[in-house]
Amino acid sequence: MSVAAAINTRDASALPGKRDEDWRWTDLRGLIRAIPDPSEPFAGDVGRGPFDGLAEDRRVLVNGGETRIDVAAGQKAVVALRVLARGAGSHATMVAVTLGPNARVRLLESYESDGGSVSQTTLSITLADGAVLERVVLAQDHEHAVSVSQAEVRLAPRADYAQTVAASGARRQRLETRVTHPGGHAVLRLDGVYLLAGKRHSDQTTVVTHQNIDGTTAQLTKGVVRDQARGVFQGRIVVAEGADRTDARMGHHALILSDRAEVDAKPELEIYADDVSCAHGNTVGALDEDALFYARQRGMPAGVATAMLTEAFIGEVIDRISFEGARDVVRAWAAERLGG
Amino acid sequence: MLTVKDLQATVGDKAILKGLSLDVPAGQVHAIMGPNGAGKSTLSYVLTGREGYAVTGGSATLEGENLLALAADERAARGVFLSFQYPLEIPGVPALTFIRTAMNAQRKARGEAEITAPEFLKLARQKASELKIDFDMLKRALNVGFSGGEKKRMEIFQMAMLSPRFMILDETDSGLDIDALRIVADGVNALRSPDRGMLVITHYQRLLDYIKPDRVHVLAGGRIVASGGPELALELEREGYERYEKAA
Repeated sequence: MSVAAAINTRDASALPGKRDEDWRWTDLRGLIRAIPDPSEPFAGDVGRGPFDGLAEDRRVLVNGGETRIDVAAGQKAVVALRVLARGAGSHATMVAVTLGPNARVRLLESYESDGGSVSQTTLSITLADGAVLERVVLAQDHEHAVSVSQAEVRLAPRADYAQTVAASGARRQRLETRVTHPGGHAVLRLDGVYLLAGKRHSDQTTVVTHQNIDGTTAQLTKGVVRDQARGVFQGRIVVAEGADRTDARMGHHALILSDRAEVDAKPELEIYADDVSCAHGNTVGALDEDALFYARQRGMPAGVATAMLTEAFIGEVIDRISFEGARDVVRAWAAERLGG
Repeated sequence: MLTVKDLQATVGDKAILKGLSLDVPAGQVHAIMGPNGAGKSTLSYVLTGREGYAVTGGSATLEGENLLALAADERAARGVFLSFQYPLEIPGVPALTFIRTAMNAQRKARGEAEITAPEFLKLARQKASELKIDFDMLKRALNVGFSGGEKKRMEIFQMAMLSPRFMILDETDSGLDIDALRIVADGVNALRSPDRGMLVITHYQRLLDYIKPDRVHVLAGGRIVASGGPELALELEREGYERYEKAA
């Protein structure tokens, strides 16, 4: 079942749903009775994107379309990619990113919708030997939107891929990353942050397949949910037979700030190799009452104390973004959402 | 200044404070001593408004204002400060950020302007130097990885920064060696003034050699069972709490 195919054929019955193991917490089939009409081409002003000031190469895709980002061997680039949905139609978008050997790229991606659209984006990202990519994704969708982003990442040996997905949810929002990891001293960092309020839903799903020896994966996702919001984290790391000396760490930690908010988490390690170092940790809970009282005894009202403690909680992930400009954008985004 | 009358409080369904009365006038330091389980920490939490401590009777006022009707942060803004027995570690929040956030929240509650960054840093440098705290330590996450003694010193630093009217020191001497105890006591004594009051809760007399109390009270079984001058602390050190526990 493919979301893109369902949109392109306008066949809602082709959408993935709760009977698909990978989609059981993000049931699009149960939600969408009919795929909306195709989105109209959009020619109006799209305003500024969150990363515009940081990039010389700026790409804007509105209501579908395609773009290719090719960076040749040894070249450097900072690219801001905006994927916009205007209106309440449906569309699919295609993005191809190719880095030649030792290319160094910062890809700053944003999803921005303004209504009840149903949209899907396919990204195909390929890194050659020794290429370095830092991908920062800010998903700022409309509360009525259904937004799916699916990235397929292929790494060559000695590649260095780092990703941080920051999401504030939508009616349904899913950010999916599948990485084929060749080992060979390639390094992967796969982080996420979700800050959800109202009735918003956000799903971060990752699958990493270590295919050969000497691969590293470090994954840290943190979320804060309040009101009736729902966060979903599915992380799977597969270590194939023979992928020895793989070092993989996965952490997912969420704070639930109201009785009616929900977090569903499924961290999985599937290990078929013998000599590996893998670990995962998963915690879901409330804010530490002792720390909250400590801050309040010093004079902070509950809202201020909660904002400070949740920002610090999320800050651990944001601090791992190495591109300072993007880190500041994500930090400001988080502060705005957590502000007391 | 602080007037506590017949205070009764429960934790869960267990009565801990059973009619505690106490009067600490402005300008004075009172010590509360007592055996483990007497209700010393409960008293500090009830006075500062921690959730989970239910007041079932009596009153507590500061300068005539009913403390028990106020939230924890409102009490702090009125100048009530608790130096915690076990200061919390706050990962991800530098000590300076924590204190500045607290200070500005208090100022806002009192209708005052926020402190500017240069003013704040100047004050922090001065107080850190007085308490022999390495300024770089204040840029680190509050109390994370600090020793027991460093955490207590950081409590007194926060107290010096926030300049409260009424201070409660809960077992501030625990975890301190003699040198650190002297520095902390100097910091506390520097805050003694005719318009401030202080309640020093301690199990041992040692701290009171450095922070000289005007009055000493014995807390046992959830009530004050004896009060006296500083000599009472020495007597307790000599003879122990046994006879007071029996009396309670």
